[in-house]
Amino acid sequence: MFVLVQMKDTVRIPPRLFNLDTMDAIREALNKKFANKVVYKVGLCIALWDIETVEDSYIFPGDGATHTIVHFRYVVFRPFVDEILTGRIKSSSKEGVHVTMGFFDDIMIPSDSLQHPSKFSKQEQLWSWEYEAGEEGKVDLPMEIGGDIRFRVVDEKFIDTTPSSPEENISMPPPATTPSGSQVPLCDPGAKKAPYVLTGSISEMGLGMLSWWNTG
Amino acid sequence: MEVKGETHSMLCNFEVLGLLRDIQAGRGQKKPNKFQTNLATITYETIKSLENWPCVHHTGEGIAAAMKALTPFKLTPAEKLQLINLCPSSAVEIQLIVEESEERLSEAQVEELLDLLSTHLPGPEKEEGEEEGMEDESEVQDDANS
Repeated sequence: MFVLVQMKDTVRIPPRLFNLDTMDAIREALNKKFANKVVYKVGLCIALWDIETVEDSYIFPGDGATHTIVHFRYVVFRPFVDEILTGRIKSSSKEGVHVTMGFFDDIMIPSDSLQHPSKFSKQEQLWSWEYEAGEEGKVDLPMEIGGDIRFRVVDEKFIDTTPSSPEENISMPPPATTPSGSQVPLCDPGAKKAPYVLTGSISEMGLGMLSWWNTG
Repeated sequence: MEVKGETHSMLCNFEVLGLLRDIQAGRGQKKPNKFQTNLATITYETIKSLENWPCVHHTGEGIAAAMKALTPFKLTPAEKLQLINLCPSSAVEIQLIVEESEERLSEAQVEELLDLLSTHLPGPEKEEGEEEGMEDESEVQDDANS
């Protein structure tokens, strides 16, 4: 679930932090920069593990801060494909079930990866597994919001949310020529996208709500 | 920023939980100050969610012993990591974690795996309320025959 990633970065320490121990200042700067952030193609950064080496610090003209190249290791949330995780159901919709790990929310189990056969109740907005229990006929096993769920990671997707270049924006419809055209939405369409999305599946024996498999 | 090396070493949940608790308590690293809201948030949330995993009950020695005991099963590192993280208690979970477990592990080996995990990595204190529901019917039949 978690990996240790070796990274290298230039850390800028402004003069107001010169009173601190250099290592403490570096740790603070690295945690400030990476903690709780998704790094493209790396994963969700959790916390600094350790600092391996610190190179010489430089001062550039016109800036009183020191710039230091630091080699460090960071704890990153990056489950591998095929890993089994347990999370909690956050919400469900016709498209599937939305699962949260607590610290990471963007996990989706699409409707075709649920246990087969599953059905969606529009009234309750819940998915349930229509389990065939032999002679007793079908048993509806609901997937309640807030319930613990075990799933397999089947796909991961990173979306580059850095501001796109002007060329990419050409595909956007040109602003209308009417006076209302001046109200072009200011936020960029990529801003709301989750930068790191996991896709899960529960269509296997042993996957799904924990209560389904706890043999009593 | 630059990422060095494609291969990243895996951490088990126990190690991560240990680090985060150290950060919260200000051991090794400094406690997040009021400007480090990101670190404070992620530490709090990750600890909270890891507390629902079996790793809360683990000890460093227990994990080391379990890793040693797992060597003869010829599992991949990723499979071992998941066994430690998830602490399966039933054969169906082993099937999920170990790829092609039917071919690679015999039924006896699966039982052995479950046993060694429960000895080295004890879960929360459970009530021993399970009873053998299967009565030995052969005895009854013998009685009727005699």
